[in-house]
Amino acid sequence: MSRNRSAAAVQVPAAAPVFAALGDTTRLGLVRRLSADGPLSITRLSEGTGVTRQAITRHLHALGRAGLVRDARRGREHVFALDLKRLEKARQYLDHVAAQWDAAAARLQAFVEEEK
Amino acid sequence: MTTKTDKQQSTDRIEKRIEVRAPRARVWRAIADANEFGAWFGIKLDGAFTAGATVRGRLTIPNYDHLTLDIEVERIEPERYFSYRWHPYAIDPKVDYSSEPTTLVEFHLAEIAGGGGTTVTIVESGFDRIPLARRSEAYRMNDQGWAGQAKKLAGYVA
Repeated sequence: MSRNRSAAAVQVPAAAPVFAALGDTTRLGLVRRLSADGPLSITRLSEGTGVTRQAITRHLHALGRAGLVRDARRGREHVFALDLKRLEKARQYLDHVAAQWDAAAARLQAFVEEEK
Repeated sequence: MTTKTDKQQSTDRIEKRIEVRAPRARVWRAIADANEFGAWFGIKLDGAFTAGATVRGRLTIPNYDHLTLDIEVERIEPERYFSYRWHPYAIDPKVDYSSEPTTLVEFHLAEIAGGGGTTVTIVESGFDRIPLARRSEAYRMNDQGWAGQAKKLAGYVA
């Protein structure tokens, strides 16, 4: 099942609401945790969260559908890892739109300041 | 120019703030008058801005002048607030963007105390509803020149 889900996340990125997937404290916490500690098992990810393994699994699946998290095998252990490329893409897009607004704002400023 | 971007806090919105040395009434005209908006933004709009109405425009930025885009005006509060919706980076003429979610662009104007000019805050929000595929594609396409063109144009008008 893990393989299918990972493949689906790659093939239908159009259905992947990355930012929406991150709009949840538990999921954001999981992303933070995976980003700090690298690939982790569900057991490790549940530790100290006060959230059940089942709930953690559901959240990981939501992150997987958004293409943010991949699952993999490490020896006999089943672990989850961040898909940084996907996160980076979303980040780049916003940076790019922001740069465009910087340029537009500069043009607006020149436009209103120049003719007095 | 001072610009401020809330970088890491939000993935859904972009915020820019600039302080310009011009009276608020002047800045308002540059934003709410479709001709003046077009002059600095780089678009030729085929009508005036009216709340609730959609205005179509053609970009006048070199190499992008084959592109049209629709601006759906939302709210106009004279000299204070102007907002519209559009499809961000709707730059592929072969794609029909009309069924895709829009982002909201807002301009907030405030007078700087002591007649020191006007603060303009530009906010674009709603990115979390834009499909990721579109975002990465737009990024790839725009990477080939939009930013460069914009810079050139800024140098030209300044």
